[in-house]
Amino acid sequence: MDLELLLDATVAGLLLGGFYAALSIGLAIAFGLLDVPHIAHPAFALVGAYGAITLQGMFGLDPVLAGVILAAPFYLLGVATYRFYHATFESRGSDAGLRGLAFFFGVAFILEVGLILVFGIDQVGVRAPYIGQALWLGEMRLPMRLLVAGGCALLMAALLILWLKRSFTGRAAQAVAQDETALALVGADPVKVKQVAFGVATATVAVSGALLVIVGPVEPNMARIYIGKVFAIVVLAGLGSVPGTVFAAMILGVSESIMLSGPAASWTPAVAFGLLLAVLAFRPQGLFGR
Amino acid sequence: MTIHRRTLLAATTAATLTSPLVARSQPAGAPIRIGFSIAQTGTLAAGGRPSLLARQMWAQDVNARGGLLGRPVELVFYDDQTSAAQSPGIYAKLLDVDRVDLIYGPYGTPVQAPILPLARQRGKLLFGNFSFRANEELRYERYFHVAPFGATPDAWPGAFVKLAHRNNFRRLAIVTADAAGTVALGAVARETARGLGMEIVYDQRYPFNTVDFSAVLRAIRSARPDAVYVGSFPNETAGIVRGVGEIGVGNTVQLFGGGMVGLQFAPLLEQLGEAVNGITNFQTYVPEPTMDFPGIREFLARYATAARAANVDVLGFYLAPFNYAMGQVIEQAVRATGRIDDESLSRHMREATFDTVVGRFAFGPTGEWREPRMVQVQFQGVRGTDVEQFRQAGRQVIVEPEGLASGQLRTPFERSRR
Repeated sequence: MDLELLLDATVAGLLLGGFYAALSIGLAIAFGLLDVPHIAHPAFALVGAYGAITLQGMFGLDPVLAGVILAAPFYLLGVATYRFYHATFESRGSDAGLRGLAFFFGVAFILEVGLILVFGIDQVGVRAPYIGQALWLGEMRLPMRLLVAGGCALLMAALLILWLKRSFTGRAAQAVAQDETALALVGADPVKVKQVAFGVATATVAVSGALLVIVGPVEPNMARIYIGKVFAIVVLAGLGSVPGTVFAAMILGVSESIMLSGPAASWTPAVAFGLLLAVLAFRPQGLFGR
Repeated sequence: MTIHRRTLLAATTAATLTSPLVARSQPAGAPIRIGFSIAQTGTLAAGGRPSLLARQMWAQDVNARGGLLGRPVELVFYDDQTSAAQSPGIYAKLLDVDRVDLIYGPYGTPVQAPILPLARQRGKLLFGNFSFRANEELRYERYFHVAPFGATPDAWPGAFVKLAHRNNFRRLAIVTADAAGTVALGAVARETARGLGMEIVYDQRYPFNTVDFSAVLRAIRSARPDAVYVGSFPNETAGIVRGVGEIGVGNTVQLFGGGMVGLQFAPLLEQLGEAVNGITNFQTYVPEPTMDFPGIREFLARYATAARAANVDVLGFYLAPFNYAMGQVIEQAVRATGRIDDESLSRHMREATFDTVVGRFAFGPTGEWREPRMVQVQFQGVRGTDVEQFRQAGRQVIVEPEGLASGQLRTPFERSRR
């Protein structure tokens, strides 16, 4: 592979990584911090994508703005989902993880069927001035839709880091991941903290969904494509680390992009899990885990 | 008053005379049941739903004409979720529990693959539905395929390569999804190119459901091909077309496309709009003057109304007429033989020629069309995203085979997109 192609692949990979980061940030909180086996995370993102499509159809909104507006109802959806999950599984025993996995699998399936019933099975998308356009940097052309996705991912990551570091609830959400009992002893309600944190995680999913449909048309059964990838990114990052999630997503994006440019393109899916295995073997806590 | 009596008498007489005729035209007795699985969810649902709609339209039409052998036709179907794991169980149920009289195959190569041995074991006539080279090895004599792929392997991807060769484009890039169907088609493109002495400058498979094709397109561009054969599924087709619009594929490329699934269907065309201009791709039917078969326009007009109501592909060019034609073939075979058993119908179908909304055709030794009729069309002059424009001639211009060509291939690729 020549140097120019390698450079192109790296830049394309960074943009792709930005998109992956947008999809994974919410899971970094839901799974990484709160230990909720949220495999319906990409399905929620898909609901966000269809929500953006609907808002654009009704009011002509830009998909990113639609995603931001949807963040509020998604926060409430997240709170309600966590309350149900906690009451039904978490509070009832030590095997909550496994049963929760089955629960979220069921949720993902129901969401998929619901989307089919409401929107049909055909691919649908959105329109925006930046879709189909490219930014010229010398001889290099960068797809605007991926730049928008990457930019939004970085902004979302920055806001989440601020929330986690500066706000009481954010710090409590990090504390609940470390020692739930200790948090209860200092007077905070771990369940309420988790509820808010899960709500915030789900709110980010609304924006990720809007970015998903900016990157390409969506269809109801698309969520399963991303399940393995987003979990690999979160584990690779180190559970609960938002900067780590962005970094891991970039690594994955660049690795995939370089593989796709090379002579073994069909082996690209092995990259995510190959990287994951290597990191788990040499640094089990993940790249940014403590 | 007298007039009223006469009117009443006339009306009564007319009713008495016509009612037996009406009764005779209505199918009666036990229905002839045709069973099949069809993708209503999963990867191929976008094709499965228009297929089902067209089959239902035929069933309504044939029943309105008095049914088959005076009996009504009933379709018995299940959603196979585009899963090869589901289809064998469904067909076992259709044959053993539902006890259908005839079976149609599912839509798509991978889903139909396990059904052909089952049909052979049971001695059932099987009507294939867009399943690529399904009977090439088994050579089951009761298999018939409605798609115009033909038995010669080069009729589809080979046509794209031949088009490139005829135009002196000698450097070929091949990029396909890493899935059974697209890999098989890519292999045919490769064999055809080698047979014609073309140079293959790029030959890669990308993983199924790849999100961004920037890297692939840049690698193709650096190989400086004259023609690029792409074998992709709908999700990736959208990504590739958008990627081509954003970062380009290089000014050496004259011809691009060939095997991109999704560009046959209205939803993706609506999504991509003008971005499809210049792409040359496979089709089975387009409304060009050279494909104006008897009944096709009327069928598509009726189909469009039904499709809007059912929220499925409103154009329906690729699959719907052929699925309607399946019914027409069965209808003509039953009328000719006066029977519905698999043996009699198969014997007749091997020999006969059928007149359908997709034209006149006959089946060859492996059940494929004796004369293949896949076309390569180039998108030209597409403006905006209104799919109704594709009903006009000149939007999908047939450029291969020469016998059906309806316009000139525009090159180079980048300029043809303006």
